[in-house]
Amino acid sequence: MVDNEERLARLKEIVKTYLPEDVPIGNVELESNFVTELNINSAHLVDIILDLEDAFGIRLENDDMDKMQTVRDALNIIDQKLLDKE
Amino acid sequence: MLTVNEIPNRLPYTKPFLFVDKIQLVTESTIEGCYTFKKDEFFYEGHFRERAVTPGVILTECCAQIGLVCLGIFLLYGKEETFGNFQVVLSSSEMQFLLPVYPLETVTVKSSKVYFRFNKLKCEVKMYNQQAQVVCKGVLSGMLRNGDI
Repeated sequence: MVDNEERLARLKEIVKTYLPEDVPIGNVELESNFVTELNINSAHLVDIILDLEDAFGIRLENDDMDKMQTVRDALNIIDQKLLDKE
Repeated sequence: MLTVNEIPNRLPYTKPFLFVDKIQLVTESTIEGCYTFKKDEFFYEGHFRERAVTPGVILTECCAQIGLVCLGIFLLYGKEETFGNFQVVLSSSEMQFLLPVYPLETVTVKSSKVYFRFNKLKCEVKMYNQQAQVVCKGVLSGMLRNGDI
């Protein structure tokens, strides 16, 4: 079982790939909104979700994507999916 | 069920930027269609000054219209009676160009779905000439949406 900090680190690593060039990884905080603050477009948001699915062995649905506004939302969804799996 | 003949009519493009003549085959995971480049396409006037060659961006567009947009229309609306306000945005393209395509050549685009999730369609596309040689190939992605949702 990976702890929360480990999950955040893995999430940041994934997000890093899709950040616009003018947004440094240091800007990625728990309350950061993927679209309005980190300027990630909808196509890249899908890429992030697919990478999260692979990294954590989970599967997200359309509802989850709608709920995934901030980094914290993403971590909560990952937690929930991992719990559901157990 | 949307038939192969109906799919091109659903495209949001028109002349001089429609590069689909016919869809020959479509399934949930693959599509095949063709287009003949007319002698007087607008871009031949300037590409190139002395000799008309189809620009790579136009080959990419043709691959996208057949391989991504037509397949997307089928995936979104194939089983529905109604048709909403369809919107599409190309989000990434990674293409290789292997052979030139001249005026009056007919090309066939074959595309296979990598995934269609969260409205993003990613496809592997290949374009063939009449000699069945690959003229270009690559991976295209786009966001597809029924604007009414």
